Formats: sequence, C-alpha cells, structure tokens
Amino acid sequence: MKDRIRKATRHVNQNEGLIFEKSSSGKAAWKLPPLDVPEVDASRLLGSSERKDLGSMPEVSEIEIIRHFTRLSTWNYAIDLGMYPLGSCTMKYNPRVNEAVARVEGIANGHPYQPEKISQGALNILKKLSECLIEITGMDAITMQPAAGAHGEMTGLLMVRAYHQSQGNARKKILIPDSAHGTNPATAAMVNYAVENLKSDARGMVDIGALEAQMSEDVAALMLTNPNTLGVFEQDIHKIADILHAKGGLLYMDGANMNALVGKVRPGDFGVDVMHLNLHKTFSTPHGGGGPGSGPVAIKKILEPFLPTPVVVTKSDGTLGFDYNRPHSVGRVRAFYGNFGMFVRALAYIQANGPDGLRQTTEDAVLNANYIRKGLEGAYDLPYSTATMHEVVFSDKLQAKKGVRTMDIAKRLIDYGFHPYTTAFPLIVPGALMIEPTESESKEEMDLFIDAMKSIAEEVEEDPQTVLDAPHSTRVSRLDETAAARKPVLRWKPPV
Amino acid sequence: MRYLPKSPADREAMLKAIGLGSVDELFAPIPAEYRLSRDLKVPRQMAESEIVDYFRQRSRENGEGYTSFLGAGAYAHYRPVIIDSLISRGEFLTAYTPYQAEISQGTLQSIFEFQTMICELTGMEVANASMYDGSTAAAEAVMMAVRLTGRRSVVVARSLHPEYREVLATYATHQGMPLSVAGFGDDGRLNLKELGKSITLETACVLIQSPNFFGTIEDVAAVAAVAHKHGAMLVVSIAEAVSLGIVEPPREADVIAMEAQSFGVPLGFGGPYCGVIATREKYVRQMPGRLVGQTVDKQGRRGFVLTLATREQHIRREKATSNICTNQALVALMVNIFMTVYGKVGLKELAKQNLAKAAYAATQFAKQGKVLFAGAPRFNEFVVQTSEDPHAINSRLLRHKIVGGLPLNKFYPELGNAALWCCTELTTRNSTDTALRLVADHDGSAPSAKEEAGVEEVAR
Repeated sequence: MKDRIRKATRHVNQNEGLIFEKSSSGKAAWKLPPLDVPEVDASRLLGSSERKDLGSMPEVSEIEIIRHFTRLSTWNYAIDLGMYPLGSCTMKYNPRVNEAVARVEGIANGHPYQPEKISQGALNILKKLSECLIEITGMDAITMQPAAGAHGEMTGLLMVRAYHQSQGNARKKILIPDSAHGTNPATAAMVNYAVENLKSDARGMVDIGALEAQMSEDVAALMLTNPNTLGVFEQDIHKIADILHAKGGLLYMDGANMNALVGKVRPGDFGVDVMHLNLHKTFSTPHGGGGPGSGPVAIKKILEPFLPTPVVVTKSDGTLGFDYNRPHSVGRVRAFYGNFGMFVRALAYIQANGPDGLRQTTEDAVLNANYIRKGLEGAYDLPYSTATMHEVVFSDKLQAKKGVRTMDIAKRLIDYGFHPYTTAFPLIVPGALMIEPTESESKEEMDLFIDAMKSIAEEVEEDPQTVLDAPHSTRVSRLDETAAARKPVLRWKPPV
Repeated sequence: MRYLPKSPADREAMLKAIGLGSVDELFAPIPAEYRLSRDLKVPRQMAESEIVDYFRQRSRENGEGYTSFLGAGAYAHYRPVIIDSLISRGEFLTAYTPYQAEISQGTLQSIFEFQTMICELTGMEVANASMYDGSTAAAEAVMMAVRLTGRRSVVVARSLHPEYREVLATYATHQGMPLSVAGFGDDGRLNLKELGKSITLETACVLIQSPNFFGTIEDVAAVAAVAHKHGAMLVVSIAEAVSLGIVEPPREADVIAMEAQSFGVPLGFGGPYCGVIATREKYVRQMPGRLVGQTVDKQGRRGFVLTLATREQHIRREKATSNICTNQALVALMVNIFMTVYGKVGLKELAKQNLAKAAYAATQFAKQGKVLFAGAPRFNEFVVQTSEDPHAINSRLLRHKIVGGLPLNKFYPELGNAALWCCTELTTRNSTDTALRLVADHDGSAPSAKEEAGVEEVAR
C-alpha cells in the first residue's frame, strides 16, 4: 500500500503534554523593568476586591514555551505544507508581505481613539481598500465593520430590514436555497426573519418556477451564494434579480465564493443589492486555525443611509475622518472599526496582484477546479454535470456500495499527505466531496492529488477496511467525538 | 503574478486535458452581457518593495512615535517577542478551523489550554474558543441569558463601554429585547437604587462591566445579589484583561463576556481583538461559539476535538445558539501565549505595576484638577475633570507628541470637561510628569487661530 503514496512519508514528531503538566513553582518566562513610581499596597487600594491567588496558572520558562508551541504546531496540517482543498473555505496562499506590513509600528500600534489628525494613515488604508472592494464588486458603498462573514450577513440583513421598514413594511421572511451555508438561516433568525427554503432544480441552480411561486411581498430578500455551493454559477441570475425586484424584494449575495468572479464579472452588474465578502477567503488573509475573519458588506445606493456608524468621509480640509452622524444607520455591529489588521493584509494582496493578477488568479482557480473534475470523473460520482467554476462536488455513491463514505475517503486522504476536502456539504448532495483547489496549486500538486484520490477509489474496491480504518499515519487515530460530547471535558484540572 | 505557481505551458496542458481551447470557455456559464471586458480600476501590480514603502508611509501618518494615555477598551501593554515568533509558524497561521482533528491537534490542544486558563482567571467553569471581540461577546452573552431565563428585558449599566452598549442595542433591535439603562453613583459604581428600580421579574439579566468604563471596580457581589433576588442573571463584561492579575474576578457572575486584547494583542487601530465567553458548566449548551473537548482515540490516547457542535449553525441552522462561524483563533493563540509567558506570578506582578502607575498619575492629577470617583477602587484608568475643555488640552499635548486622555463629552455630557486617562506598565513616570505639566499649562500662551483649528481636529 505504501508505494501508492507519493507526496508524504512518516517522520518523527515530538510528544508534548499540556503546558500545566510542565509547570513548577519558581520558573518564569517574564521580567518586568524596575518600577519608576512608588510601590502601592494593593490591599489598601483594592480592599476586598484584591485578588490573592491565580489558581493553576502555569509557571514555565521561555524555552519550554517555544518548544511547547513549536511541537504543537508540527501536529497541524497547513496551507504552507500542501494542498488544502477544503471546498467553500478557500484555503489559498497567505502572502508573507501581508504579515510584514501589518506589523509596521504605526499600523500595529495605532489606538482606535487616537485623534483623526494622527490617524490619516489608517484612514487612508480604510478608504483605499473600500474603493478597491467597491470596484471589484460593482457596488456603490461599503462597511468594513463586520468581524467575519456571518457577522457581515447579519449586518447586511439589518440593512435590508431597515430599508423595508423605511418603505413602510419590514416584511416577514428570507428565502434561502437548500444548498446554502448554515450561517444564512442562522443569521436570518438573529434578525428575526422567518426562513423559507427554496429548492434547487436538476441543474443544481435556483428553481425559477419555485422562486416565482414563493416570491411575495412578505419576502424581504433572497440570500443567494453565487457561484453556489456546488460551484455552479446561477445562469438565470438576471431572472432571479428581476423576480425579486418586481415584488420589491432585495437580492443578498453571500460572497463566500467571490474568488470565482473577481475581475471576470461584478455582482453589482448582475442585480445584487447587498453582499458580504470574506477577506480571509478571496483576499488571502490567514485563517489562523479559525480566524480572525473580516466580512465587509457592499451595498447599492438605496441601502447607503442604513450603513453602520461610523463611515469614513473626506472632510472639507481634504483630510479623512469618521462620520458618526447618520440618523438612519442600523447602528454599530462591533466596537471600533472592524478587524483593521485584516484590511491591511487584503489591501497588500490587491496591490501585489493588480487588475491583471486578480483576473489571472480567478482564471487559475477555475482552471484548477475543472482540471480536478476532469481527472476524477469516472472514479467518483458527479451528481450534477453542470459546468464547474472554482469548486467541484462529487458524491460517495460509488464507494458507498462497499460501505465507504465521504468521511472515510477524507480520512484516508490524510495518509496521502493532503488535507481532506469538505465532507457532507452541501446538504443537497448525499455523501458530498466538495473540492476546491484554489489558484495556489501547481499542476504537479494537483496531479498528486488526483493520483491519491484515484488510488483511494481503487483501495475501496480492493481493501475497503484500510480506508475505513484511516488515517494510519497520524499522531492520533480517529477520535471518539461521541464520548467528547456526552461527557464534556472542556478544561484541564489539577490532579487531586 | 508571483503567487501563481503555473507556467503558460502548464495552463495550456491543463486546458488541453480538460478539452477546452481557451480559458474564456471556462467562464461561458456567466451570461455574456455581464462579463467584464475591461481591467478592474484597482492599483497596478506592485513590487513587494513598493508595497512595503506604501505601508511604511501610512505608518508615519498614524501616530508613530507618540506617547499615549488612551485606554477605553483598547490597551497598550508590552507584547513578548515570542508571541509573533510562534504565531508566525505557518502550521498555526495557515491552518483552517480544526474540523479534521487528527491533523489539527496543535490548534485543538492550544485552544484547550486557552479555555483552561480563561476559566482559571475568570473563576468560571467553562470558556469558549473565542468570540469576535468584547462588544459582540457581551451582546451574545446577553442573548444567552435571554434563552436561559426565558425572559426578554435587560438592564445595562451606563458605565458599560458606550460602544458595547451601542452594539448590544443593534443586536437587540429585532429580538424583542427591551433595554433599560442604570446610571452610576458618585463613586463611579453602578447605582444600586437605580438598578432596583429598573429590574423586574421580566429581567433576563443585568449587564455590567468591571473594571467599568471609568476604570472603577464594581461591587459585583452586591449587584449579583440584586439580580439574583429577581431571578435575573448577572453578565459581567471585562474589557481590561490584565486587571484579572490583581482584581478579584466576578465570581458571582453567571456569564462573563471578556475582551482579551490586553493579553498580547496589538492595538491595531481597533482589531482584530479576542472576545471570550465564560460561564457555569450547567449553561454550556446555550453558549455560542466553538468549544474544544478532551477525548481519546481508538488506542486510548489523549486527544482533542471540537465538541457540542449541535449548538452551532452548521448543524442547527436557524435554531443555532448564534450564527458565529469563523472566530478569532489566531488572536486567541496570541492571548494563550501571553498568559503562558506571564503565568501565575507574572500576571500578578504585571497587574500590580499597572495599578501603581495609575495610582501615581491619579495622585499627581488630583493636585491639578479633580479626579472623579475617588470613593471606589480602580485599576489602571481614571477620570479627570478640568476647567478647560479636554480637547484643548489634548491639542496642546499633541504638539509634544503626547495623546492625552479620551474626552468624555461625546459619551457622558453630564461629566462636563472630563477625560478618561489610562496608564499601563509602559507608561513612564517621565511621560506622566510631562503630560501633567502640559495639562496645567493652559495659560502658557493665548490660543492662536491655528490652535483653534487644532482643537476642532482633535474633537471626536
């Protein structure tokens, strides 16, 4: 079996316990300068509010901390190690210059309340990135405040609600296709809209007939991901927008898949009224093991009065400042101005690409997905034959006959040196394998991936147990998630 | 384009393998009338050296080299060098959410340690993997209390960070959650009489901050007694995490919503920061956000997984506890490393230095103007009331590259000419003395027209 695996080999990695297990009294990794003001008596200043003891906080030295976290890091897979084809999550290369410029002193250490006069650098970055994103999406205005995509969805729907309210009727529900991300219905609920499911047709697109039947003056908006989670561009997008607009509804676009469109087509041109972007997807800011994200919301003119406060404006003297006086605003969705450090990285990414680079990036992302689709057709079932954009969704139908499901194939892929694809999503494909290579993969890496997937398909026929027991090469084997949830152990406790 | 690993020949070969003649055919599904036939109007492709130059220039326009006395929810503390060394490792920086536990044990174990230390510091039993920031964590904690009590109204302390209050108001708008505000007394603490009047049997929770926006430490036990007597929960927001080194945590709270930025996260003009929610074990199933739990693999070895996912949007969709998906994992790792570096003894000593620096400054300021809220203990912030408009004072300080305290008239007009000053372990005695001298120097020279304009610029 071993000679099938071309990308990865086993290698030694270090064992490492919890940091608390290394702690002992008197070790330290810190040193404070001598105090240049009089010492204070904490119990006199704080009285009963004084804290006496910090419990089981660790005491360790610097070298132990370095080794601890370095050892832990080697147990992670990462985009820096290889292809990370996690569909819909868009794991692309995170350029290092982004990290360097985010750490330049005035940018890293600017206080959010420092006077505008000495914040022109940050304001300039905010404005410049806003302008780029407005141009890329073809929209009219933007808020950078939301901290992640789901937070952007909430902000977008708050503006949708405020708009309808200003028209005299807030309306009752949001239409959401059955292929949507889970955040969409969860967000609608937070903004107190009812969710109505919209069926997909045989092509994997919005069923136009169903949309016409379900559209009414109770519908505030349709939340549409385009390309959708099957990686399919909604070809009837103009009809969709018309149907909504005819009854006064708005078209919300979940921009999670904007990396399939940048430089090729603009949502603002095909009828979208409001959309969020994920800077940690399309614009290369790092995922960091689950965040920070950033979810700017771009809108058409009609929604502009409702933008969260503050917004960046050019003042009469030509300097930049914040405008807080916006009586129709939906309010604030986060303290300060958003995940500014992510704006710095996204802008550096746009500058490194330019218009030609952004377009080439999109083309390569779509080319890569189609190359994988072609390479795996036949070995895996393709439930929708509609043209693929940036990601392709197969199913485990062929492998399920041998009792092997999408999660098993995903776990076996780990032994081949790859991170798994997204499993069991979108929900409209039973046993989905959702593969998104992004533009960051070379032909060589993708050939290795295709070989690995084909090899696993053969293993399923010859020796399904090997696949069912995978992964075989990791530090730990499959973990007991049921036990973890039944009797949660959510923190370390000192031994008694 | 230097990030794209393909030669023109590779692209040709791939198109051929797919059976296409040109890349345009890949975009045929997009209706022709919408396809973009021009370049995007964004900056031209820049060399790395040009990008670095651009941001260095912006940095020079952004308060580089200024001494600052600003706090108010964003604190300047020293960041040990190893934080950036460690979080820059690609295995942390460029990994996704740890859904595939077998190849994510590094992230998972570090979150487990983070959850443990947050519990230790807050006195709570469980903590989540992070929220966006302190403001949204507070709003989510309130919504959690609403679900847990089945009640809907909320009493909010006026001494809670004003922008946190604004965020809560936005979140509450469409949830049918009436908010009422309880003011503060002469000691800067929540006015318990006002609380008594606002709280009813419909109140889901009372939300306070401690140390509060003025730096004053609340009498949490007294507030908890009032809340609990009415069957309401107590949610406590902590914006200055370093306080936990020397200030007793709000153990009487039912939910703690924290901003951990002080623990090794750069100020970064307001973000990304690191929110956290901590609570009692019995409330965990109504807690939003990700959680890491300990378990075993098939061979019985210890390992960690994301757990209790049935609370979350990707499983429960519109019935989830929150729509939160991506959180602040990398920032939580900074916080984790910071807590590990300072640990049991260092955090206390660090907090003590903050206490001493602020106590010194407040004592000195009291000689010049009025330091408000002297009747209750404070941590590293204090409110100074002056006869002169604090914007004018700050304008004067700014010419000496000093950023004075935050003028409070926008948020608390009732305090008149007041400003919120903050000192941390990084504030030198010398800079405090210099600032104080400039504050006092209001008749040093008559304000010129230029200075008047300066006042306006500083006004926020």
